[in-house]
Amino acid sequence: MTETVDRELGKARTRKEDARLISGRTRWTDNITLPGMLHMAILRSPVARAGIGKIDTDQARASSGVVAVFTGADLAAEQGSLPCAWPITEDQKSPNAPSIADTTVNFAGEAVAVVVARSAAEARDAVDLIDVDYEDLPVVLDLETAAGDEEVIYPELGTNCSANWVFDSAQAGSGGDVEDAIRDADVVVRRKFRQQRLIPAFMEPRSVLVDPTGPQTTMYSATQVPHILRLMLAMSLGVPEHKIRVIAPDVGGGFGGKLQVTPEEFLTFLIGRRLGKPVKYTETRTESLLAAHHGRDQIQRLTLAARGDGTITGLKVELLADMGACLRLVTPGVPILGAFMFNAIYKIPAYHFSCTNVFTNKVPTDAYRGAGRPEATFGIERMMDELAVEIGVDPLEIREKNWIKHEEFPYTTVSTLTYDSGNYEAATARATELFGYPELRAEQARRRENGDPVQLGIGVSTFTEMCGLAPSRVLGSLNYSAGGWEHAEVRMLPTGKVEVVTGSSPHGQGHDTAWSQIVADRLGVPFEDVEVLHGDTQISQRGMDTYGSRSLVVGGIALVKALDKVIEKARPIAAHLLEAAEDDLEFTAGSFGVRGTGAAGVTIADIALAVFAAHDLPDGAEPNLDSEASYDPENFSFPHGTHLCATEVDTETGAVRIRSYVCVDDIGKVVNPLIAEGQVHGGLAQGIAQALYEEAVHDEFGTLTTASLADYLVPSAMDLPRFTTDMTETPATSNPLGVKGVGEAGTIASTPAVVNAVLDAVRQFGVRDIEMPCTPQRVWQAIQGGSK
Amino acid sequence: MRITMTVDGTSYTDDVEPRTLLVQHLRENLGKVGTVIGCDTSNCGACTVHLNGRSVKSCSVLAVQADGAEITTIEGLERDGQPHPVQQAFHENHALQCGFCTPGMIMQSIDLLGDTPDPSEEQVREGLEGNLCRCTGYQNIVKAVRAAAGELGAKR
Ligand code: FES
Ligand code: FES
Repeated sequence: MTETVDRELGKARTRKEDARLISGRTRWTDNITLPGMLHMAILRSPVARAGIGKIDTDQARASSGVVAVFTGADLAAEQGSLPCAWPITEDQKSPNAPSIADTTVNFAGEAVAVVVARSAAEARDAVDLIDVDYEDLPVVLDLETAAGDEEVIYPELGTNCSANWVFDSAQAGSGGDVEDAIRDADVVVRRKFRQQRLIPAFMEPRSVLVDPTGPQTTMYSATQVPHILRLMLAMSLGVPEHKIRVIAPDVGGGFGGKLQVTPEEFLTFLIGRRLGKPVKYTETRTESLLAAHHGRDQIQRLTLAARGDGTITGLKVELLADMGACLRLVTPGVPILGAFMFNAIYKIPAYHFSCTNVFTNKVPTDAYRGAGRPEATFGIERMMDELAVEIGVDPLEIREKNWIKHEEFPYTTVSTLTYDSGNYEAATARATELFGYPELRAEQARRRENGDPVQLGIGVSTFTEMCGLAPSRVLGSLNYSAGGWEHAEVRMLPTGKVEVVTGSSPHGQGHDTAWSQIVADRLGVPFEDVEVLHGDTQISQRGMDTYGSRSLVVGGIALVKALDKVIEKARPIAAHLLEAAEDDLEFTAGSFGVRGTGAAGVTIADIALAVFAAHDLPDGAEPNLDSEASYDPENFSFPHGTHLCATEVDTETGAVRIRSYVCVDDIGKVVNPLIAEGQVHGGLAQGIAQALYEEAVHDEFGTLTTASLADYLVPSAMDLPRFTTDMTETPATSNPLGVKGVGEAGTIASTPAVVNAVLDAVRQFGVRDIEMPCTPQRVWQAIQGGSK
Repeated sequence: MRITMTVDGTSYTDDVEPRTLLVQHLRENLGKVGTVIGCDTSNCGACTVHLNGRSVKSCSVLAVQADGAEITTIEGLERDGQPHPVQQAFHENHALQCGFCTPGMIMQSIDLLGDTPDPSEEQVREGLEGNLCRCTGYQNIVKAVRAAAGELGAKR
């Protein structure tokens, strides 16, 4: 048997990644320069929907340093259609999705022409010299209007509706009929919520560099998904997969925004190959906000049925989801991920979910941190507060009445997922204690009584999420085109150092550090002796990349399996060297020794050197210890937590200030508390930003009016509070490390906590809902409109 | 136009177009790619460097305006192979994730500590208002800056 000593797991190691990043020794894609490299700039449509008439490129072609100009017509034969890997229904409708518009443009920001020049400045200058005749067509922007098909964007599809996806617990056999539940309920709460459109707004603008000069065409890209990108380039553009190498060098944040196969990548690839020269394209921030995919954008109609004592009897969810102008990599699947999360941590006897995916003349939506699950969590957690008000009980009490009790795990929910573990009681108890819940409630009552102009509100969110995407069988049943496994390789070097190759591709998550800790623990080698390699398809041939809080939960387990293979491969060699029977050996803290003797054994490093020399190996032994493993998870993981937010709302100005924010998350076993806490902080910032600050706004013509960081309000340090975070630890039972994933938790949980807190402060004025973001203006107007 | 500037201790003389931004000059002509560009409206602060000892957003300064100036970038902070206390504090307090905002954040923090050697949490947040980070939620950045203040104070 194999014994490991937990010296590293759970330790707050500072990160290996930092040394380079704090000193500017970085390899962002835009930092890379190759001999003979050309620069590409893109002319983007200023209008949201139009036919393309004549494009005059003569002046641009004659401009200094310009090597080539391309329009959609020039690339029509080879550009194909951008891939969508998730056709959610058999009859899903999907328009052609060109990288560069050919006959019509369908969103403002769509590429219309491309200039390639000696320098980036010359390419951009020449873009300004291109003249395009746009023949305006009516724009379709409002989601509900679009769903009504008054004006159909793609006549050949006959409708703006892409697909309709339904889950019904009565049909699935997992619960009752929701209409019965609603009819028989004592209390029925109906609400309509809007999930505004958001922009991932990673700090590193996207950049792509294609080098066609080697035996393989190499693409460097600021992507979350080098492996998926390579496959999609091959499948969509007909270039053989083995002729393509994709490298994700340092990548400056993603949050789902770089989980994409982009028009810019396709164009750079096609044009670099056509010109036979390295070509680089780096977007400006304006282009990034305009043309990189957006997130969220749903209208939710929710009906919650309950008994008079607050016990939930049914939940009905009807969604409209804005796809934007076409379907990108996982666009249609995002709302479907939410289908499994509306029931959240609650025992709900009857459930019906339906979602209609709708096209509009806006940039496509796709994954943004949480992808479907923040939307669902917002919906249900807002409804729980509404139910509490309706019944007249505390919002924590209504949750406790309905949640799955600790002793009821494993628990199969009404949407058919089996939650392996959870302890909502423990997380909630800890959170209320840190928050000072009763004291804040008392202060709130005082302020109400005194008619204080600044009112206090308390918001609750007890969330869970499905992460560790994902069991391949489940993805298959949802019609997703790929699997959800992950891959790892371990290379034992002759000097005892270890190289680890992981298929998940980090962009800020600290894989190098966390993976080193796992290796150090399992193999008993020093943390410093481990190098983690990733993000290059020539080094890491197999992988499913990083998103959906999957890296540790899937990739980390693949690593554990590969490490165990190393140990098993070393065992017969150790037995040979020690002249002992294999069965008598034990592996502890990096050494094989004969059980019970206490005598010095051989270390894994000794064995690595012995197999390298290969002078004295048992017959038939392979002269290396290298091992690899692919791991397909048997289940999702289900982190959860209790988030409490106290807001002060100035009733005279509508200004909202977060007075305190407390969260207690349960992410199972924690490999590195420092990194885990950092993930929670960053997640909270993005969730709070949705509640209070951010929104992608279009004018009546479909122009994005928030196309700069002056208008799209990514919060600064002044806009965010200090968070109080803590964790409870209920290990996952579905994987050997007991880990659950943490990347999306803060984002998913915090939005409803904040909005619930804002409403709690102003409910006394008759306010029942405020659309996000809850800006001072909206809050003030709600108070005026709602009062008396 | 011909300009000369000292960057991280090395003197450079170059011909630049008048419209060239300082950040472009640093990245494209001098190879100082440790300083990065995050926006085109001077909002993100990723490009922050020191110009004659004060922090500036190098995307809002023309290269020709820096003629004769002394520039320090993130690449020029180490002394004798040792990181600057602010760099060290960012590492120790996990004040970075993807690291893209980090060069600007560190340069701005050093400037902030020059003005306010022992800042309160509020003062740090105010001083970093022009530097956006999408990853960390700022909490550990604030912590790092205050830790560095203590470290620098102890050295004085
Ligand atoms: S790049 Fe200079 S402020 Fe954004
Ligand atoms: S660490 Fe990624 S933007 Fe700040």
